[in-house]
Amino acid sequence: MVMSEKENQKISVQLSCPMPKLDFDVITMGHGSGGLLTHRLLNSGVFSLLKNEHLDQQHDGASLNLTGRTAFTTDSYVIAPIFFPGGNIGELAINGSVNDLAMCGAIPKYLSLSFILEEGLRMEDFWEILVAIKAASDKAGVKIVTGDTKVVEKGKGDQIFINTSGIGEIHPKANIHFSNIKPGDKIIISGQMATHGIAILSQRNGLEFETTIQSDTAALNHAVKQILDAEGDAVHFLRDPTRGGVATVLNEIAEQTHLGVELQHQHFPVDEQVLGACEMLGLDPLYVANEGIFIAIVDAKKADSILSIIRRTEVGENAAIIGSIVADHPRQVISSSPAGGRRVVSYLVGEQLPRIC
Amino acid sequence: MKFITEFRDAALVKNYLDQLTEITTRPWTIMEICGGQTHSLVKNGILEMLPKKITMVHGPGCPVCVTPIGIIDEAVHLVKDENVILCSFGDMLRVPGSDKNLLEAKANGGDVRIVYSPLEAVSIAQKNPHRQVVFFAVGFETTAPANALSVVQADKLGLKNYSILASHVLVPPAMEAILADPETRIDAFLAAGHVCTIMGMEEYYPVAEKFHTPIVVTGFEPVDLLQGILMAVRQLESGIAKVENQYARVVLREGNVLAQQTIHEVFDVADRKWRGIGTIPMSGYEVKESYKDFNARRKFNLDFQATKENPECISGDIMKGLKKPIQCPMFGTKCKPEHPLGAPMVSSEGACAAYYQYAENKNLAEV
Repeated sequence: MVMSEKENQKISVQLSCPMPKLDFDVITMGHGSGGLLTHRLLNSGVFSLLKNEHLDQQHDGASLNLTGRTAFTTDSYVIAPIFFPGGNIGELAINGSVNDLAMCGAIPKYLSLSFILEEGLRMEDFWEILVAIKAASDKAGVKIVTGDTKVVEKGKGDQIFINTSGIGEIHPKANIHFSNIKPGDKIIISGQMATHGIAILSQRNGLEFETTIQSDTAALNHAVKQILDAEGDAVHFLRDPTRGGVATVLNEIAEQTHLGVELQHQHFPVDEQVLGACEMLGLDPLYVANEGIFIAIVDAKKADSILSIIRRTEVGENAAIIGSIVADHPRQVISSSPAGGRRVVSYLVGEQLPRIC
Repeated sequence: MKFITEFRDAALVKNYLDQLTEITTRPWTIMEICGGQTHSLVKNGILEMLPKKITMVHGPGCPVCVTPIGIIDEAVHLVKDENVILCSFGDMLRVPGSDKNLLEAKANGGDVRIVYSPLEAVSIAQKNPHRQVVFFAVGFETTAPANALSVVQADKLGLKNYSILASHVLVPPAMEAILADPETRIDAFLAAGHVCTIMGMEEYYPVAEKFHTPIVVTGFEPVDLLQGILMAVRQLESGIAKVENQYARVVLREGNVLAQQTIHEVFDVADRKWRGIGTIPMSGYEVKESYKDFNARRKFNLDFQATKENPECISGDIMKGLKKPIQCPMFGTKCKPEHPLGAPMVSSEGACAAYYQYAENKNLAEV
């Protein structure tokens, strides 16, 4: 059996981190009491796995040294199912906040990590999530420096909710802002779109279909750092198109800048299987969630050079220039259609709902 | 993607457009029946590319749009009962009822579940023997076989807690009603390919003959649609009115006989109310007496009369092809997908939603 790099990595981390011996098979209300059970869970679980000089203080907060301008972000993760092809809620919680910092043009440094656990969560599952958190934070190069654990009664949560907040140092060459976007700028997408959303949908209750599609969840900070190092002045705007997909981000850009967005559909990078699933489910890949790609609005003159830098990174082999910023049709995103026509790509209203026929 | 990209090929599209331009000598108005076709026409920018003499008007083939408001109210009413699980295709959830829609009913604590197949609802009924599971069986002939099959299946399994809230409508009676309207200006129809996949083509011959109107059974991709339009215009230009099959890779003349048998096992043809249009004789399916235990309307004694529609919504005129969405003064101003006045603005097959989402030259007064 051939295993992906991700699977190999996961197994090696698990082997080196055997689950500690705990008194319970599942999370109980006692684990959130602040008493002995909480203490044991944290000491033998969280602290031992995620240890670093800040966390080892076991204090109410962390004292940190940062230089220059700082970026600060927070996000909560409530995904169902908590395990999905290509990842779990743990690495999503790390990558999500790491990526939010990276999109500010920052080098992510420190994260907080808070759990809301539902009574009855299997200890084994909690451990697997912690192991994924450890692997993802190591890979992103961030330290978890403070955190919290609460337990809610069965039925009051959905197994596990995670909140992470993050702090990063703004890259000296970064100047990421809507106001920097100019007509003529090129729109780069760093990888295939809709992969994460379809991987999750393929596992949803009642909709299981067999694919080999894996979530693209990944930390984007290393790729972002490389383009900022090389062409920081030419990078006008960054955004990761998570919920709402690529269409939502581009509409926000059009609205904020009062400029138009012009897309060439033939350059959209979408995996063939993902495209097939979207056709079958009646979904438009432009609106499906992503977790491991970013959109960069860059100076046209440097677009090819930035594209080739992204393509050389671990997350960017399918990166593509999908369109440009135009002065025409302000506040509208317009795409070419495969048939040779044009169409508006508007905001998504509510959720994308499966259609009748 | 094999079998999809070929039918979106820009060179083929252009070829058909050139042929259309060459043969068209006078103005023609063609109605595509199915909302899926409407969306494909607008999403792919085909309406803009057609010769000026060809006008496409958009038909009533959006199941969500024609489901009477009273039935939405019945569904909303059902989920007030904690013992009821209402299963529905996702599309129905945003459609406005007279007071609220199913999404709001869900937010208020109703157990509303999105399913992709009625058989999933049957399996939910098996897993929840102490609760009543109702499937919101909406659609044209396309979804009727699977919905009927769910009843047959539930009966075989001896389930006493499964029923369907049925609102099924039929295409041919609607086409006749539209053609019989003295205001109509439709010269030809593109019939809905997937409806014909089930029902075949036979029932369209009398319609084409009676009204001397060409009917071309057509698919959904850009190349399908342009070929269908070309076939219709060829007939019109030659003064012919017959039924032709553009979608021959899928549609057989006799349709899917097994699917038809399943429909007739469970449903009788009956008069049916269409939202925005009114009652059309013998234009829908009703659950047969022999399966009355699976008829949610009987089981829960539902008989909600249609309350009045928002008078500002002209969806009836739009679905009869008398007006286009952009001719509605409410379009894009008071009526938007996030606060719709009528169903065509929310359904993924509704004409108003198609124009709002994809069309470039829409009226964006408030935006």
